[in-house]
Amino acid sequence: MRLKALVAVLGVGAVVACAPVQSGPTNSGTDEQTGQLRVWLFDEVNRGPKEAVVKEAISEFQGKHSGVTVDVQYIQVSSRAERFKAAFSDPKSAPDVAEFGNTDLAGYVSAGGFSELDLGKWDESKDLVPSILDTAKVDGKTYGVPWFVGVRALYYRTDVFTELGLKPPTTLDEIATTAREIRQKKPELIGISAGGKYLFAALPFIWAQGGDIAKSDGGKFTATIDSAEAKAGVAKYTELIKDDICPPATCAGNGGDASVEAFRAGKAAMTIGGDFNRKSVDASSAAGKYGVVPLPGKTKGSVAPAFAGGNLLGVLKGTQRKTLANEFTQLLASKKYQQKMYTAMGNLPTFSDVQKQVSDSDKFLEPFTKTLQSGTKFVPVTPAWAKIEAQTVVPTMLQEIVTGAKNVDTATADAAKTMNAAFTS
Amino acid sequence: MTAKGQGRTAFAYLAPALLVLGGLLAYPIYQLVLISLYDYGQEQVSGGAPLEFLGLGNYQKLLGDQQFWGVFGQTVAFAAVCVVGTLLVGAFLAILATRVRTWVRMTLFLAALGAWSTPAVAGSTIWLFLFDANFGFVNEVLGIQGFSWTFDKWTAFGLVAAQVIWCSFPFVMVTLFAGIKAIPGEVLEAAALDGASAFRTAWSVTLPLLKPIILVVTIQSIIWDFKVFTQIYVMTNGGGIAGRNLVLNVYAYQQAFAASEYGLGAAIGVVMTVLLLGITMFYLRALRRSGEVL
Repeated sequence: MRLKALVAVLGVGAVVACAPVQSGPTNSGTDEQTGQLRVWLFDEVNRGPKEAVVKEAISEFQGKHSGVTVDVQYIQVSSRAERFKAAFSDPKSAPDVAEFGNTDLAGYVSAGGFSELDLGKWDESKDLVPSILDTAKVDGKTYGVPWFVGVRALYYRTDVFTELGLKPPTTLDEIATTAREIRQKKPELIGISAGGKYLFAALPFIWAQGGDIAKSDGGKFTATIDSAEAKAGVAKYTELIKDDICPPATCAGNGGDASVEAFRAGKAAMTIGGDFNRKSVDASSAAGKYGVVPLPGKTKGSVAPAFAGGNLLGVLKGTQRKTLANEFTQLLASKKYQQKMYTAMGNLPTFSDVQKQVSDSDKFLEPFTKTLQSGTKFVPVTPAWAKIEAQTVVPTMLQEIVTGAKNVDTATADAAKTMNAAFTS
Repeated sequence: MTAKGQGRTAFAYLAPALLVLGGLLAYPIYQLVLISLYDYGQEQVSGGAPLEFLGLGNYQKLLGDQQFWGVFGQTVAFAAVCVVGTLLVGAFLAILATRVRTWVRMTLFLAALGAWSTPAVAGSTIWLFLFDANFGFVNEVLGIQGFSWTFDKWTAFGLVAAQVIWCSFPFVMVTLFAGIKAIPGEVLEAAALDGASAFRTAWSVTLPLLKPIILVVTIQSIIWDFKVFTQIYVMTNGGGIAGRNLVLNVYAYQQAFAASEYGLGAAIGVVMTVLLLGITMFYLRALRRSGEVL
């Protein structure tokens, strides 16, 4: 009898509270003109210069708006997912304005975290590079202002190339042959430091062959990683992570940072690095003896489409100071402050005229702006992509190939299956 | 007092403990089961999408996933190696501790407590430093610079298992040492007087007396080692090359929580809870059948 009573009690309990909790950043409706504006920006290894520029923007902003203070919190990139999830679930602890990576956008928007921006009244916005502004859009609506953009190109060691009488590769195929030759003649060097987890180095290989991760049909995504073109790109990239170029035991587990690190340590003759890696390479043993060229495409003289990474500034949906938040976003993302951020951190601006201005004055940027001009690409803009990234689908696929666990056909087919499951869930 | 009244009094005495247990155990498990029945992602948590009741959908998806079974088998084998290793090392050192001089025993205990009290993340990182391919102490001593311990599936698992054993044997050692010390001297003396050999004494006297303690440390170890997360996550960089070093907990984290599929994650949690309960029950029953009073 006791047991029956217990079951009955549990049953009643289950009926009364029959669903997990839901909370929401519901539009607060209020739009206060004074008080504290909370801002989240990403922490950096060397944050000082960034902080100085941000402080300048804040004092300009506070000068214009009396009774307003701006509080900036620097959050870690590595724990951003948890921080933002918590912020969306509890609007009270959320900021009003936040910096975030453009690959995270689709997930954040579908979680209801960011509000749509109206850039129509902002004059400067017409100079934003369209393909970069696209990375701030979901279903045609804009949810952020691109603050800076990052692209990758091919870093190579000028001293090694001169010594061996080599020229930087001019086609995608030449990358492997050049790298192989270097390792053959100098076995202590990695031909090109590529990584099994280095998604943004692998993607240009796929795009250059005319392939893609997935295609969108009216917002419905289907994986195309197993198409003939994509497979050709995957094969070209995984060819680099072999004992005669970049041994799997060293390279298979590497992501972007570790790949560049091998180049910095003087252990690799080439690597794929971003404009944002410049300062760290200049502070390494490779300083002064390296050059950068755009990552070559399939045919001579072409450039492999690069991934348009970068960060956006956006306004959170739950904010109680919508107008102020919008104004601060536009100030910090303005031409003036993008220029300052470039000087301070080397961040590539997102306005076409500012971009031209900085690359005219700095030869180093040429390969990167050239890459930007020849067209960039992006990962699928769907919340499912965050899931696919968290489940490490593409790195696992690459690693399965380089370790010989699966061949290109099987690995890409399996990856496509996992991706399609995520797209349709 | 009537029987009913007695029951009521007993219940009143038990109530505070039941309340705490209910709050700390029953409610979370109830929530876990509830969430596992829904499509519950970040969109649903933060109110961007309506809740969808899936019934056993998450379980179907999980149990129909080939990788889940692969990871599951790996986890069982890995936990088994860790449990056996921990018990053997712990038991050996406990026996050793009863035979050596005080200062040696003190040193042994201090060293073991050091390993025990090292946080898992710190311990894993230090082991990684020691076994680093190029700059690690171990490779330098062995003269195999450049050899990567974490690349191959089996050396990676071996390394992690060694680390897990290293940080969990002290518990077994200390507990068994206390157990051995608690065996009355008269019993051993009687065995000696009866002419029992050292082996016979250990097998027929010490071991049976230690059985309840061995039982506790085994169950504890099974539960701990089945739930290993930190060591795998840190030492194999989130599950090894191509995910070949995944164990259930890391798998659950990667597939479900990092990907914001809390419903699926909760389903994995429920499956693990049921499995561990099952293992524990099975173990207890086996012991009861062998005549042990529990």
